[in-house]
Amino acid sequence: MRTGLEAPVAPPHKLKEGPEAIAVRDVTRSFRSPRGDVLALEGIDLAAADREVLAVVGPSGCGKSTLLELLAGLGEPDAGTVAVTGERSREARLGACAYMPQRDLLLPWRSALDNAALALEVQGIARPEARRRALPLFERFGLAEFARALPAELSGGMRQRVAFLRTLLAGRPALLLDEPFGALDSITRAAMQEWLAEALAAEPRTVVLVTHDVREALFLGDRVAVLSPRPGRVVTELEVPFERPRPRRETVTDPAFAVLEERALEALEDGGR
Amino acid sequence: MSGAPPAREPTAPRARGALRRAGPPALLLAAAVATWQGVAGLDGVDDLTLASPAETLAALARDLPLLLDAARVTLLEVVLGLALAVALGTVAAVGMHLVRPLREAAYPLLVASQAIPVVVLAPLFVLAFDYGLAPKLAIVALICFFPVTVNLLDGLRSVEPDLLKLMRSLGASRLATLRRVELPSALPSFFSGLRVAATVSVIGAVFGEWAGADAGLGRLVLLANNQLQTPRVYAGVVLLTLMAVGLFVLAGLLERVAVPWKRRGASA
Repeated sequence: MRTGLEAPVAPPHKLKEGPEAIAVRDVTRSFRSPRGDVLALEGIDLAAADREVLAVVGPSGCGKSTLLELLAGLGEPDAGTVAVTGERSREARLGACAYMPQRDLLLPWRSALDNAALALEVQGIARPEARRRALPLFERFGLAEFARALPAELSGGMRQRVAFLRTLLAGRPALLLDEPFGALDSITRAAMQEWLAEALAAEPRTVVLVTHDVREALFLGDRVAVLSPRPGRVVTELEVPFERPRPRRETVTDPAFAVLEERALEALEDGGR
Repeated sequence: MSGAPPAREPTAPRARGALRRAGPPALLLAAAVATWQGVAGLDGVDDLTLASPAETLAALARDLPLLLDAARVTLLEVVLGLALAVALGTVAAVGMHLVRPLREAAYPLLVASQAIPVVVLAPLFVLAFDYGLAPKLAIVALICFFPVTVNLLDGLRSVEPDLLKLMRSLGASRLATLRRVELPSALPSFFSGLRVAATVSVIGAVFGEWAGADAGLGRLVLLANNQLQTPRVYAGVVLLTLMAVGLFVLAGLLERVAVPWKRRGASA
């Protein structure tokens, strides 16, 4: 499962240091449903610095996916502002974010390599050139031998890696990951978290990671925002004082990690009241 | 797209499976032919009313050159008509998919067009397009247009919304999404439509020939019927049936080539 990366340790990024790569201000969003309007997000304030990993954790149905879609430029808030790399317009957000949905959504007729290269092809790059540019990434992330496999021949974890490479190849400054490992079994999930941590160390980006798993949020995030059940509000934000990438066992057994986990779980409970 | 493990069956079991699937219908067909032979052999069953399988076979053998000449004409009508339906149906389905007002305006009319009895239209087409190939093409195309268009449109529209969101987020244009995602996804659905179209196309050609023709299997069957050559009528019907079944199987084979990622069994 190790990728053999000589990962440079990313300096811990603090919000104060630079301009905010992602800024969500007092955002409210509701949906029309057969039983009337449903408030999904209420007065959300969030921010992430350049190359920071912001993990957003919350119970199912707290509007996490809605938040990502707003950031990705796939929707507009009812009230408040959403900005990515300082730009508020929907087009700018569409161009600044690479969105990775919950399911891998690989095209079954394309090889793993061609699925990842799709991100380049839709930008007008011819397929041979797109493949040529995608292949080094497969080699770097230990997927070279699976490049020609069809999605149906890959395991869930492998498919998710290919989907992540597709997201990276979009070449956007911000990555929006919507429960990327939600469908995986717990063993694969742990391995994938380590893989993602190393991948982000090698390819630093501003990341918003949505998950319902507190440990995953704390293991991967520089900061963790805890949301309440619907309508989603920010209950608390926690700084994670460990450098990334983190050795898994040492990190999760660290007493400071346990304290953070306890506080996050408490916040989740408080939000539920 | 499900998380199913790779399913590449070895060839031998698949061939055996095909045999097992073909067995029961073959048996039933044999039983039906045997019953047919039995009933035809009863006293009081006139040769003119019912030709036995043996007589049909004899007619097939005796009239084969005649029948094949006629079949060639009909096959041409069917294949060209189908091709026309596929071309027009694809344009219509893609147009209706991309332009929502067009879909809302045209879809009910498309469904209503299915209610027009083609038998009635056939003589009108002959009046309009004369005796030759054209009215038959028009009828075959009219019959086949509906299953092709509706199935392709359904296929285009049933792409997962999340996948479309992903494409938008990747910066794909409408046409890039159509070409790289929607059209390939719609192929299995398109082929379902094509298989239905293949079976009904032969009916269309026969109607067309009945309304007025100087060649073709439909005309041959009609003439033979008028001349009380019942075995030849049956032989013609057998050939028409084989033609429809053959086209159906051919459409299935084409699908296997065009949609290799979709293993058979799930969509059959």
